[in-house]
Amino acid sequence: MELFDLTIKEARDGLLKKKFSSRELVSACLDRIKKLEPKLNAFITVCEKEAREQTQIADKKMRDLGDMGDTRELFVRYPLLGIPISVKDNYCTKGIKTTAASHVLMNYIPPYDATVVKRLKEAGTIILGKTNMDAWAHGSSTETSDFFTTRNPWDLTRLPGGSSGGSAASVAAAETIAAVGSETAGSIRQPSAWCGVVGFKPTYGRVSRYGLIAMASSLDCPGPITKTVEDAAIILQTIAGWDSCDATTSPKQVPDFLRIIRNGVRGIKIGIPQKYFSVAETEVAKKVDEAVKILERLGAEIKEISLFDPKYAIAVYTILQRSEVSSNLARYDGIRFGFGRERFADEARRRIMLGTYYLSAGYYEAYYLKAQKVRTIILEDFEQVFKGIDVIVGPTSPSAALSVGSSKNDPMFGEMADVLVEPSTIAGLPGLNLSCGFTKDGLPVGMQIIGPQFSEELLFRVGYAYEQETQWYKMKPKL
Amino acid sequence: MSKLKTKAQISKLSQEEVKHIAKLANLALSDSELKKFQSQLSQVLEYVGKLSKVETKGVEPTSQVTGLGNVFREDKVVPSLSQKEILSQVKSSEKGFFKTKAIF
Amino acid sequence: MTNKPNMSKKTYLPIIGLEVHVELETNSKMFCGCSADYFGHEPNTHCCPVCLGLPGALPVPNKKAVEWCVMLGLALNCQIPEVSKFDRKNYFYPDLPKGYQISQYDNPLCINGWVKMKNKQSLISDEIEKRKMKNDNEKSKNDAGKTVRIRRVHMEEDTGKLIHTKERTLIDFNRSGVPLVEIVTEPDIHSAQEAKVFLQKLQQIIRYLGISDCDMEKGSMRCEPNISVREIKNQKSSFGKLRIMLSKVEASKIKTNDELPPYKVEIKNINSFKFVEKAIAYEIGRQEELLSREGFVRQETRGFDPQKGVTLPQRGKEAAADYRYFPEPDIPPIRINKLQISNIKLQIPELPDKKLSRFIKEYGLSEYDTGILTETRETADYYEEVVRKAQTLDSGNLEDSRNLGWIKTIANWIINKKVDIDKVLPKELVKMIVQKSQIRNISQEELEKAVVKVLTDNPKAVGDYKSGKAQALMFLVGQVMKQVKGSADPKLIAKLLNEKIKKKNEK
Repeated sequence: MELFDLTIKEARDGLLKKKFSSRELVSACLDRIKKLEPKLNAFITVCEKEAREQTQIADKKMRDLGDMGDTRELFVRYPLLGIPISVKDNYCTKGIKTTAASHVLMNYIPPYDATVVKRLKEAGTIILGKTNMDAWAHGSSTETSDFFTTRNPWDLTRLPGGSSGGSAASVAAAETIAAVGSETAGSIRQPSAWCGVVGFKPTYGRVSRYGLIAMASSLDCPGPITKTVEDAAIILQTIAGWDSCDATTSPKQVPDFLRIIRNGVRGIKIGIPQKYFSVAETEVAKKVDEAVKILERLGAEIKEISLFDPKYAIAVYTILQRSEVSSNLARYDGIRFGFGRERFADEARRRIMLGTYYLSAGYYEAYYLKAQKVRTIILEDFEQVFKGIDVIVGPTSPSAALSVGSSKNDPMFGEMADVLVEPSTIAGLPGLNLSCGFTKDGLPVGMQIIGPQFSEELLFRVGYAYEQETQWYKMKPKL
Repeated sequence: MSKLKTKAQISKLSQEEVKHIAKLANLALSDSELKKFQSQLSQVLEYVGKLSKVETKGVEPTSQVTGLGNVFREDKVVPSLSQKEILSQVKSSEKGFFKTKAIF
Repeated sequence: MTNKPNMSKKTYLPIIGLEVHVELETNSKMFCGCSADYFGHEPNTHCCPVCLGLPGALPVPNKKAVEWCVMLGLALNCQIPEVSKFDRKNYFYPDLPKGYQISQYDNPLCINGWVKMKNKQSLISDEIEKRKMKNDNEKSKNDAGKTVRIRRVHMEEDTGKLIHTKERTLIDFNRSGVPLVEIVTEPDIHSAQEAKVFLQKLQQIIRYLGISDCDMEKGSMRCEPNISVREIKNQKSSFGKLRIMLSKVEASKIKTNDELPPYKVEIKNINSFKFVEKAIAYEIGRQEELLSREGFVRQETRGFDPQKGVTLPQRGKEAAADYRYFPEPDIPPIRINKLQISNIKLQIPELPDKKLSRFIKEYGLSEYDTGILTETRETADYYEEVVRKAQTLDSGNLEDSRNLGWIKTIANWIINKKVDIDKVLPKELVKMIVQKSQIRNISQEELEKAVVKVLTDNPKAVGDYKSGKAQALMFLVGQVMKQVKGSADPKLIAKLLNEKIKKKNEK
């Protein structure tokens, strides 16, 4: 097996057993990046020099500790030592260009690290580079990056999804061992589904947003995009937890996310929302349906549930997100950093203006306040539903990856594509996406598992059981 | 009492309104952009108008899903960025000040 | 150009509300850990991603700043609602790095308070004043203390500082994010002088609390008055007395907010109490003149020009801004319970009004003297410390101290600035007073002995005094002083000498 195809767990094992060094591991990824990037365009910035320097430090740490016993301790202290990871370009990385894929920030170099980046570095991670995204995270295609469109590794004529399209593509194409993305409404789960990888959106407030370029403050969540469910849990373990720099992070203790991951699904009550399936295309619905049957075979109890109509969630999400965006993007005036507002592309300008409109005098009650009230209804709806079940399973996206060009000039493309993830986003719930098969065109289909707030361990457990049974993650795109 | 418009009025934006919004949002739009955005924005507004169908009498709005409250920091000074770091991202600064075009 | 005289025959009641901003003297800024001490430092040296508004930065509120705001609200007799939150006030300006200011909109920390201004301090409008009674007694009877209602006290953050020239604008963000408290009054103020007196009272309370140096010249206290005038109908009476009564009736009508004028003018750029008075007085005159001439005053924001003493329309300020307030999603709400409120209340020191009353009662000094002694907390505390030290020197009984003139003397020294209270310790001051004024408790017996001795030793002087030479008494007093080494009250000595001489005469 090629080094770049390893999972975090396998790479860590190999480093521990001295089968290879971090330098070799990272070199393998950097070479792969060089080979594939001309077709893929997943990266905005590749930090080759910095990454190679970091491998020297990592390898030295491992060498200095001699025998295997000590090295194991080393990995307890630095769980991701020597492991290369790609980071979505909306995370501030000190000294490394951070653009949010926008012309406004095309030359911006932050003077500080985002908390997520800081924690990854403290765990020994090696940052390979910054990945492409829809500019300002406004989109579900990565086609609205101001720079270039990332391609789907499974079919280069298709989109990887978005807004964390670069991160998802880089993992699917094995340009990196793992990645971090961010989700405001589907931006981790949807591109993960389209690229056939694992994407995890934690509970809102589980992971610090400090240093994550804000899109919608009450919705944004940092999260991992990985090859396997266990890898996602490993990364989450490193980045989760209260942060004094983010007043919306939860003081709840971070549990051991791997503790119950192998416990299987016997007795777990899974809710199936019919409305979600009816929105999806036939092939997608069929694949997810098959996955549900497998879960049932594995011992889960399947229950049909009825959820609040997702179409209202679209409206709520659209209003809340754009209102907060209009305010969060007000700081980009070119005075202290970056370029001026004339460099905002159409999508950003549309969202800023709509958000401004929703908040303006005379409209605040009809839009923003109304959306906040319907949000309460959605929250309570989920609370009610979770009284009778443990998790919800459904399709992540109504379709598999769409062709390049699909998102152009549809001002609500993103929102419609994300209809199945928006309700859980609005309620701050965690959601896991993983592959559940392929369409007849060979495109990955993703299913999502949603749980109540702070049920991350349970989601990993259900996902792991299905993953190990079906092993879809072993399929690789032909690149 | 805010001026709540009827559903029909809400869906369609006039060019004047688009101009006003752009000004509030500190965005400069060309005439062709004004027209383009007018139709695109109206499209979105029509869709979100669906919300008016949902009954929300007596429902409290949710601004914070976390349920957190009273999150503070102690009144302690921590090191700031250096002046060099602070000014590192601009081309034109003057004697330690940021510089922008004249207002008055 | 100063006040325009009111050319019309109509009379108007000025209706004034004040918006006061006060910078809190916390160590760190409102939403980040940068130092809040910005005055006189190199530009852009106390900034971080948060107060610079860099991408990805998030605000976390300063606990002490919030407590101090609540404390101020309590000192101003406000109610403290159970739930409070921050909101974003969205507008664009180069000194506002995020493009919005974190402030409070519809759930401020404190609401519905009041400040009482006492007799001598409160006055009705200047115009009315001029037509008033000449009799001072009448005057004090008419204004029995004025109350200004406080609508709200809330928290927000300060902006950066701009330096304007013709060619460019320079920006320093050291001040960006410094905690600001905003105090808004109801339009209960009816003259320029009342406004000044109110501000002085507010400043005194704030300085007593020790939460800000509250200095208008330094910019840690800023005031923006909102001014309108309303015609006082019923011109029949031309007696000043009736006018006063009418204006009081007019004023009380305002308190129910029924009859507020349909406009108000906001004045900016005022940086001293003197200018507050000037600006308001000018503006009142300008509005009265406009109203009587054109019957209409435009609602606008005007700037005060300190050189010309006038208000001018501000360039670049248009109709009411749309701030698009919405709840700050990055900061969870604040929930204050009764226990927390009482804990904060405990931190409030004795406030000026209470201290004044207590001093008058306990020390028996005049209101005027007490006013000066209690003007600042530092002076008042110092005075009491000196008195305490003086007591330990004597019998420890305040009554005795009073009889021996300690109270008055110490007060006198402090009021007339005979001592620098910042440099001299209380116990040192007591020593100084003892040395200088020689008020020591000498026994009556000792004194009488000394008096008798001096009279015996100086028969010539006694004779001179008997025959009418007043200076002779002075000489004798001096001799007694020498005897007791100056440790007695000369007046007392003179009295004793007189008694003894008289007795001798009678013999």
